[in-house]
Amino acid sequence: MSKRNPEYDFVWCPGCGDFGVRRALEFALAEYTIENEKPHGSNVIVAGIGCSGNMVHLMEGDQPFGIHGIHGRTLPIALGIKSGRDDLNAVIVAGDGDFLSIGAEHIGPAAQRNLDVTCVIMDNGVYGLTKGQSSPTSDIGMVTASTPYGKIEIPMSPLNYYMTVGVSYIASYYSSKPKILAKYIQQAMDHRGFSIVHVQSPCTTYNDTYDLLKGKPRDGIKGLAWEIPDDHDPSNEKSAKELLQKPGIPLGLIYKFEGKTLQDRQQEIRERIGEKTVEANLASYTV
Amino acid sequence: MNKNTNNLDNLSEKTDFVIRFAGEGGQGLVTSADALARAATSAGYYTQTFSTFPSQIMGGPASSQVRISTSPVLSSGDGVDVLVALNKFSYDNHYQDLVDGGVTIYNAEEYSLPDGGQYFGIKADELAKSTGNARAANMVTIGAVASLINFSLEEVDNFIRKRFTRGRDGDEEIIKANISAVRLGVEVANLSGFSVGELAPASKSDGDQIMVTGNIALSLGATAAGLNYYVGYPISPATTILVWMENNLVGENKFAYQVSSEIEAISAIVGAGYSGKKAMTATAGPGISLMSEGLGLAWMSEIPVVVVDVQRGGPATGLPTKSEQSDLFTCLHPAHGDVKMPILAPGTVEECFYAGALAVNWAERYQGPVIIMSEMALSDRGENIPKPDLASIKNETRNVYEGKNGFKRYQTWDGSGDLTPMPIPGGAGAYVANGSEHDEIGDTTHLPKHHIRLTERRFNKLKLLGEAHYEIENENADIIISPWGSSKGPAREAYERLRRNNRNVGWVYTVALHPMPDVVLDALKTAKRVIVPELNYQGQWSTLLRQDGVNAESITKYDGTPFRPGELVESIKVKLK
Repeated sequence: MSKRNPEYDFVWCPGCGDFGVRRALEFALAEYTIENEKPHGSNVIVAGIGCSGNMVHLMEGDQPFGIHGIHGRTLPIALGIKSGRDDLNAVIVAGDGDFLSIGAEHIGPAAQRNLDVTCVIMDNGVYGLTKGQSSPTSDIGMVTASTPYGKIEIPMSPLNYYMTVGVSYIASYYSSKPKILAKYIQQAMDHRGFSIVHVQSPCTTYNDTYDLLKGKPRDGIKGLAWEIPDDHDPSNEKSAKELLQKPGIPLGLIYKFEGKTLQDRQQEIRERIGEKTVEANLASYTV
Repeated sequence: MNKNTNNLDNLSEKTDFVIRFAGEGGQGLVTSADALARAATSAGYYTQTFSTFPSQIMGGPASSQVRISTSPVLSSGDGVDVLVALNKFSYDNHYQDLVDGGVTIYNAEEYSLPDGGQYFGIKADELAKSTGNARAANMVTIGAVASLINFSLEEVDNFIRKRFTRGRDGDEEIIKANISAVRLGVEVANLSGFSVGELAPASKSDGDQIMVTGNIALSLGATAAGLNYYVGYPISPATTILVWMENNLVGENKFAYQVSSEIEAISAIVGAGYSGKKAMTATAGPGISLMSEGLGLAWMSEIPVVVVDVQRGGPATGLPTKSEQSDLFTCLHPAHGDVKMPILAPGTVEECFYAGALAVNWAERYQGPVIIMSEMALSDRGENIPKPDLASIKNETRNVYEGKNGFKRYQTWDGSGDLTPMPIPGGAGAYVANGSEHDEIGDTTHLPKHHIRLTERRFNKLKLLGEAHYEIENENADIIISPWGSSKGPAREAYERLRRNNRNVGWVYTVALHPMPDVVLDALKTAKRVIVPELNYQGQWSTLLRQDGVNAESITKYDGTPFRPGELVESIKVKLK
């Protein structure tokens, strides 16, 4: 059930990290829309399949457009939206299963294109909607529905992966502080290029990592999450890579590179080659 | 089978010649066939070129041929009148295709043949060098061919002038050398004493002609209907559409781009179609397999897109550069679930143009995916066709929603009245285009009422489609010949030969396979017996026609080559007995 649609029957579990991410996205879209003086309808949410993708049906306030497609294909769908309509603000919402497993093949090409879309990735280290199977970011040895005797792969490091393939804006945060998360999402939307905000968004049912992330001194748990120091220079690729060698989950902006986008380069071709009309194309085959 | 069947009757003047250049890929086979086709087209003849290649960049046995005729060319013909064999291997592999009285010109620099056969040798490279232009070797050969078919040298010269007048200093010299190369070839052929007959004068066709391949015609047609977004992934024999689009779909609000897989291609055109673009991709069988889920998404969320399947031999990697029509089941039902795609299957190069335009219009009109089924034998062959009149091409655009927010796009629709308009991002009426079953505003639902009403809506929308070119002749005959797609040409030629021999055959043909025009389905249903020539093992189209209550059976072929009219005549005669 959602505020705008009483008949909609999907719910997130109580305490799900995606609630916080939704609030952050709502803040960010509202701000972005005002600051850029754009109609709300120029925002398009491209949703993956899984718990997190259902966010597109749960947005409150002014409604963005949405497309809730097929598993793993948010990036190429967003490519179609953005390369045809550069005036639109395309925002992907997807989870670690959708984006990093079945959809991982599209991250590299999107980075090489520097496609101007923003990805908000909700990482809970598990497939929640299908009831608790292991995901690319589940820990080795983790017992899940599909790894009853322990997971037998090392977990992938999404942030290192993004760095390696050349994503031009990389931020990492968690779902517990929506207002700060909103700031990074908005920055990512403003960033002209391929941006990913990777969010730790715990699954309270299958992989509750709140305490692990934030720590619980009373029980002797030191939190995995740590704030990136103010003196980190995100424009410096080397220090961004070094930052990612430190254990735990960094919180903040890791890397940012300003470069031409696919759309910029396409526009350059248009200007260089000019308009080719149907009439001229047809006439060139006259015998 | 008498192979001397390219020509209609035993006239002293011939109406039709096939000239084949065979050798290795990279030897200029296509250039030679193309040059001859262009010279003949400028002289007012109808021409069709056809090439076969192995799937490799250079080398390997290849051939390229041109059929020249006084009337529109329907197929690549039965036999070969003149064979130019550039190596012994190609001679050994092609001479059996020669018609009675056909002549081979062999490459005397490579090999020799024993005295006394229907052939003569030529040293094209050596003769070309003597003109001072080593690159004119193919003109020596063309001269020899022209002499054999008594083709006007004046027209060959005109063609050479046209081709090599490029506004450069050396133009005149190059033209001279090429013309002398032609004369040297003529001399060799004259000395040989062979001739294969005289080509009847051309009946100059009215109006402008364009010379295009099926894939270029299709690309031109799609853009004529306003296509402004194309992405694709290289795959034979669809690559030339991607290359054409990259070269020509350039300008404001236009986009053409190579993506990293067929999965990206289908997903991207869904994204583009959703945001208001007229979007298309083209692929072959393997790509269609990869696109199946995305096609289901376009159907389910009701997004206009066009997907072209330029068929080749399958399954899996199959026969990448050969002919087959075996994707029909797949294209009709590419996706899981209750889905049946609209399909246009052009049968000639000219029909490729109009199918390209119509597919874009269909997609816009019914807000969903449309598939064009072309085929290797159609996509890469060159033909001269009447230049389409752009003013006559419809440029339909979907009904765009322009009201206030709070719009319900996915309303119940029974097929009467206007289809609900489609909101476009950037405008009003925000909704979710959803690949999960959904309610009126696109939110996911499992309620039976929505799955029932929207399943019906998606099928009801097909009622908006169906009009396309069709042909019905002699529908009361004992046997109706009813090919689909690229088998139309050879089937039509076979039909015409059978009619001339007073055989009781009829003809039903439709470009729209689904939905089919009612009048076509009625004609097929009332026909006594329907014969479907098609290039696949299972007899896919006749199987589908039988489901519709048509008494249909197939003549099948699955060796990777198109039908020859003569072989169809023979197999239909057997059915008539």
